[in-house]
Order: sequence, then structure tokens, then C-alpha cells
Amino acid sequence: MSAPTNTSAGPPAGSSVLLIISVVGAFLAILGAGLTHDPLFRLQAATLALAGVIAAFVLNGGLAGGTLRDHPDQYSDNVIKAGVIATMFWAAAGLLVGVIIAAQLAWPRIFYFPDLGFLNFGRLRPLHTSAVIFAFGGNALIATSFWVVQRTCKARLAGGITPWFVFWGYQLFIVMAATGYLMGATQGKEYAEPEWYTDLWLTIVWVAYLLVFLGTIWKRKEPHIYVANWFYLAFIVTIALLHLVNNASVPVGLLNHKSYGVMAGVQDALTQWWYGHNAVGFFLTAGFLAMMYYFVPKRVERPVYSYRLSIVHFWALIFIYIWAGPHHLHYTALPQWAQTLGMTFSIMLWMPSWGGMINGLMTLSGAWDKLRTDPVVRMMVVSIAFYGMSTFEGPVMSIRAVNALSHYTDWTIGHVHSGALGWVGFISFGAVYCLVPWLWKKPGLYSNKMVEWHFWIATTGILLYIAAMWVSGIMEGLMWREYTPQGFLAYSFIETVSAKHIENIIRTVGGLMYLAGALIMIVNLWKTISTPYAELADAPAAPATAIA
Amino acid sequence: MSGLTYEAVARFAQQGGLIYFGLIFLAGVAYALWPSKKAEFQHAAHMPLDDEELS
Repeated sequence: MSAPTNTSAGPPAGSSVLLIISVVGAFLAILGAGLTHDPLFRLQAATLALAGVIAAFVLNGGLAGGTLRDHPDQYSDNVIKAGVIATMFWAAAGLLVGVIIAAQLAWPRIFYFPDLGFLNFGRLRPLHTSAVIFAFGGNALIATSFWVVQRTCKARLAGGITPWFVFWGYQLFIVMAATGYLMGATQGKEYAEPEWYTDLWLTIVWVAYLLVFLGTIWKRKEPHIYVANWFYLAFIVTIALLHLVNNASVPVGLLNHKSYGVMAGVQDALTQWWYGHNAVGFFLTAGFLAMMYYFVPKRVERPVYSYRLSIVHFWALIFIYIWAGPHHLHYTALPQWAQTLGMTFSIMLWMPSWGGMINGLMTLSGAWDKLRTDPVVRMMVVSIAFYGMSTFEGPVMSIRAVNALSHYTDWTIGHVHSGALGWVGFISFGAVYCLVPWLWKKPGLYSNKMVEWHFWIATTGILLYIAAMWVSGIMEGLMWREYTPQGFLAYSFIETVSAKHIENIIRTVGGLMYLAGALIMIVNLWKTISTPYAELADAPAAPATAIA
Repeated sequence: MSGLTYEAVARFAQQGGLIYFGLIFLAGVAYALWPSKKAEFQHAAHMPLDDEELS
């Protein structure tokens, strides 16, 4: 074994501790896998053990070989590179599962294998939602937050090896959750399906994430904490709180995958939607607004339109969002005053939401021409437009009378996807299109034309998707409430399902187009990374004008 | 404990909550519009554009 040649900087702080934790963790997981009588728990414990063994080997190799070294005088960008690659991977995986389950709804016999239970819609559906929200969205948030907090604080990420622990720990959480769903390990809670041990693991990872973020802000060289960091911080802190309260449960045994929640009945329902709607408010909104507040000004080279507006709408948004959850429980056992409270706060949310939209769009003041010449800017602007549209639609749907028609129908699905595909997806794609040339030190993207293709195919796909869901949602809502003159329901449930066949096909096509756009992006970004600087610099400038 | 009726708790929560949120909102607006903060916020609005490397 040769000694490291350059020892000016040792390994990142905490590397040895993490090595010990990996070994101990792997040992405990092997013990759990061996002692349990629950086959499902055994597989999950074995996954954990495998991850611990791999982590221990890699850390040991890095420490012994001297390749694991700290660079205190530079920003930590390698962990962001890993995050960007993970974002691309999970985008493809999550969107693909979405297309598969959309096809299952349109053609119930497709991909249906009676002997392969893990391919059933019920198992794949949480896999899709978790993969796109937590795997794709979460990785995009972690990667961009690491970039933004370093640049706006003028400080390297805090915590030595901890950012890498956050990254790989989060991937392990995703793998544990996803394989668990396929085997049938689920709490049955919307957007919070993982069982207790996976929840505990995420808690550890998330607290580490919070500490890295806070530690970086703590050692900032810039006195003012930039507004994007406030949004990221609100996202991290609130998700921690929501996760802990919503997942409070008692496992059947320490070697058993099953657990039961400590709450029941309407209290449980309220807690779940307090969690569920704030997952939308703080994960899918606050976090991505943070992305908007950095990448839009940066890309168009204009300052934030109104910094004062950003402060007012930040505090208004976080204080109002936390009360909006009960609008998911209209006409339930929840007391009506609580339903009305949720509805009122949802309507009030319109103001801070549009404050953010206006601020994002108006940041283009003096640079509107970039909308025509830079497809990445166009993608981000359309993303903000979708944000404005879905945050207008949401308050309307929270009104009790509208909800009576829309609730449980495809309208809700369409609403979620205009926010998820339009807002969250497009702002993340925009950020990743910015980040890849910056991180890999390239003069620009491999092909702006491919961004154009991505943009138009994906936008058309979203429009097909949400238009189909408006039609099928309102149709089935009206069919469900149709009575015969004798006072019987006019339609059986299955009649309302078969009536949606065409819309389900259109939705599948829309999703397929969105997936195709994402695959074009992945190829483009891969070529950007792998093509040498000089070749990219030789490419003809501004190909966007050729299309316009 | 007879004073702690549902109505009393509801009134406190509703009216107190209204005042509490109103004050917090006003505090937020006051902070955003505070004249001496103007320069700091103007600097902050340009922060993403300042992209020098670390040290």
C-alpha cells in the first residue's frame, strides 16, 4: 500500500466516522435479515446491508488509496454533478412508470400478468408518484440547493463528507421505498407510502441535509441571506416536520415491516392531508420557487424584478399554505368549520402564488427577446406560466361547490399534472440545462435545437394530458351525480370508467410525449458532458433563430 | 374550568388568529418596505448575477 503523494489536504471531515457507521449499519442489517421471520423485511434489510457494505468498501478504498480528499478552497461541485445525473435517471424512470400505468388505465389488459403482482397498477402507482416527486424532484432540489447556497453564500458546503452522505443516503431511501412498494410494503398514506424503517432512514438523511444547508449559511461570506435560500430552508424544515408527524407509527415488531399509525379516523385523515397538501406547498412549490429565484435571473442576466415582493410573498406563502390541507376533506367527517378554514386559506393562497409568478415573469424585463432566442429561458417562462395557471385552478377547485364536482375525478389528476409536468418538471429541466455546462465547464449545450424539440414535444404532451383530464373529469363528475326521475343513480361506476376510454388514451399519448422530451434532454445533456470543449465552442451560435 | 367552553376556545382561536396573522403580515410588509433596507435589497436582487469563484 503506497502512501498518498499529496497530503496537503486530508480526507473530508467525518469520512472515518461514516466508514464506521457503514460497517455497523451493514452488520445490524445482516443481523436483522437473518433473524426475521418476515420475508419482506428480510429483503429490505438485505438491501440495506448491501448498501452498507458497498459504502464501507468505497470509503475504505478512498481513505486507504488517498483518492478521497478535501478541497476547502473550492466549491463542492462533484456532489452536484452526481445529483444532476441522478435527476436525469429518475426523471426517465418515474415518467416511464407513469406512461405504463396510464396505458394500464386505458387498456386494462395491457401489462397485466396475474402471476406478477408487483406489476399491478396498485403497486406501480405509488412507485410512479414517489419516483417523480421524491426521486426526480427531490434530487433536482438537493442538487440545485447545493449549487445555489454555495454561490449565494460564497462558501463551500459545510460538513466534510456529509453532502455525499445526503446524496447517497437519499438514493438509498428511494431504492428502499421503491422496492418496498413493488413487494407490497406500504403504509397506504398518499405520498407517504414508505414503511417505518424507511421513514426513519429518511429522517436521518433529511436532518443531515438540514445541517449541511444551515452550516453553509452559517459560514457565509455574504451578509444577506438570498431569498432562494429562504425558500430552500422553508422546504427543508417543513418537510422534516411534516414527515415526522404524518409518519408517527408503531411497528408490529422490530423485525417486521408492518406498522400502524398512532392516529385513527378523522384525526388521521386531517393529518394525512395536512401532510399531503404541504408536500405540494413546500416540496413542489417552495423548493422550486427557490430554483426559479436563482436560475431565472441568472439565465436572463437580469436582477430579481422586485426583491421586496419576494420577501412579502415568501412569508405570506409559508404562513398560508400550512392551513390549506382540509380542502381535501370536503363532505367528510371533518367538522365543516375546518373544511371552510382550509377552503378560505386556499383561496387566499392565490395572492402569494401570483406574487411569485409575477416576480418570476417580470424578471425578464429588458430581456424579453431571450424568450425567442433561448429555448431554456422559454422553458422556464412556460414553467412559471403553468405555475400561475395551476395555482389559479387550485383555489377554484378548493371551493366546496366546485369540489363537489371535481373531487375524486380526473380533473384532480389533470390539475396535479399541470403543476407537476408544467411547473416542477419544466423549471427543473431549465435548471439542469443551465447546470450541466456550468458544472462540466462547457461553453454551452451540445444542441439548442434538441432543447427546442424537447420544449415543443413536452409542451404539446402536457396540453394533451390536461385537456383530456378536464374533459374526462368533468364528464365523470357529472355522470356520478346524475339521477333518474325515480331517484336512482343514472350510471353504474363501470359505465363512467368506460366512458373515459378515449381520454385515457389521449393522456397516455401526452405522457409518452413528455417522456420522449425528457429522453431527448438526457441525450443532449449526455452529449454536452462527453463532447470536448473545443468541439462545442465550434458549434454554430444561436441555432434557435433558424427555427424562429 | 367552566369558562373553557368550545365557544370560548373557538372565539379565542378565530379572533386571536386573525389579529396574530394580521400583525405578522404587517411586520413582513414593514420589513420589506423599510427605507434603510433599500440598498441591501437592491444588492440582494443582483446576487445570482455575481458568479466569482471561491477565493
